[in-house]
Amino acid sequence: MNDQELRDEIEKMSNKLIAIEQPLRNRYFLSCESQNAHDVCRFLFEDVRARFVIATAIDSDDCYEILYHFAYDELGTIIHIKAHIRDRENPSIESIAPFLPGAEWIEREIHDVMGIVFVNHPRLERLILADDWPDGVYPLRKEAKR
Amino acid sequence: MKISMRKPVIPVGPVHPLQEEMEYFQLTIDGEIVTDIDVNIAYNHRGIEEISETLQFDQVPFLVSRICGICSASHPLAYVQAVEEIANITPPERALYVRTIINELERIHSHILWAGLAGHFIGYETVFMWAWKYREPVLDLLEEITGNRNNYGNVKIGGCREDIKPDIIPKLLKELDLLEKKMDMLTKAVLDDPILHARLKGVGILTKEDAIKYAVAGPTARASGVPIDVRRDDPYAMYGALDWNVITQEEGDVFAKTVVRLLETLEAIKIIRQALKKMPDGPVMTEVKDIPPGEGCGHVEAPRGETFHYVRSDGGNRPVRHKARAPSYVNVPSFKASCIGEEVSDAMITLAAVDPCYSCTERMAVLDSQTNALICGFEELLRLSREKTERIRKGI
Repeated sequence: MNDQELRDEIEKMSNKLIAIEQPLRNRYFLSCESQNAHDVCRFLFEDVRARFVIATAIDSDDCYEILYHFAYDELGTIIHIKAHIRDRENPSIESIAPFLPGAEWIEREIHDVMGIVFVNHPRLERLILADDWPDGVYPLRKEAKR
Repeated sequence: MKISMRKPVIPVGPVHPLQEEMEYFQLTIDGEIVTDIDVNIAYNHRGIEEISETLQFDQVPFLVSRICGICSASHPLAYVQAVEEIANITPPERALYVRTIINELERIHSHILWAGLAGHFIGYETVFMWAWKYREPVLDLLEEITGNRNNYGNVKIGGCREDIKPDIIPKLLKELDLLEKKMDMLTKAVLDDPILHARLKGVGILTKEDAIKYAVAGPTARASGVPIDVRRDDPYAMYGALDWNVITQEEGDVFAKTVVRLLETLEAIKIIRQALKKMPDGPVMTEVKDIPPGEGCGHVEAPRGETFHYVRSDGGNRPVRHKARAPSYVNVPSFKASCIGEEVSDAMITLAAVDPCYSCTERMAVLDSQTNALICGFEELLRLSREKTERIRKGI
């Protein structure tokens, strides 16, 4: 696959995306709503055959963002998928771990530190917080830092 | 973590820093065979990502170099590349060569350290002694260049702190020649040893399919036939200008991982020699102004695999979000695919094969969950592993 073909593959998902940005030849930022993130990730992993790198959770002002970082190694390209979770009261998103076991840990970690529920996760137990850490306190949320 | 009350379990840990952190492995066994494995991490969670948000951009490299003593060149480099991507900074060429050389020296000493420990765990004490002896001059070289044997703190946004001074270069080349001969001998000794073939081949296989599903990185992926290497795929520093090979193996067993690491050490020597020859004169730092708002990522092929850093800036003097992923974070969960079905005596070397840090494994113990009685400890597991090697040796 060359750069243009990768771009064409990505554009196949455009009905599920809000925006496609390409600041550099080998860097993509794809924005989507949280309900579409699972399908976009699945397409990238199973059809484009991109490699899952990691996910990052960010507490933005108006929403929670989950960034799924994928790498397409043949072209040295990193594809970031930005999923926006607008419901700040009960933030949740579909888990990608059922088809991508490599994402199991990071989803548990994000659940720990940001309090985002991953629906259909095979085992959403505590991973990195201490056993005696109080329930309902999420250290990477802005409210916890104040 | 739930502990099964019926089947015997082997708790390994909780102080077991496979990724320079403490970890707890719970092996469920049926007779001699491992039937399940569970991993618990973060006994020593330090909150590096959050601390990073309280530091200024130029202070963060010193923080992230402390994520891991052995990968203390890779983490800061990945972070610095992320910031350079945001601010569109191009460091001077000489600085890029210095980064290449330091990172390859790091790979050499890390791989040799692993080879020594792997030898120790299967009862090859000579390999342990040799390997650690050969590693020592590499650490001395790093100290001469950067001032530190580990935690070099050499990479900065826009370049490097210390240059490689011309008077070190002859010594560097001489040590590389000596090291190459020794590593060549060690590699041939390992590849020709019938006992090692019998002991390590077919043990702890991670299939290509599982390697992709678990998204593993580095030698763990390359030994399973997944030909990924950030140095070639998304060239950073000066790797794109140098001539070297990505080492891959198809088998996915412990032997394949050993071969990948040993041959990579020889490739690293090749890279450093070329870099020293091609390195132009000039400064190693460029002027850095404010970091604009934006987001970027950097990834570096650390000895254990891809180290990935994501940074977001709002135009202030600190990152608003900084995510760091060490390669073991994706390599360790793959034990679920490689360890199940193995014998207990093979579990140790299988767990070791993704290149963990073993300094605290003394807490390893085998428990019978019904009585909670200690069946055997670390010494016993080491004995089991070595006895298996001895049986093979006698058989041959």
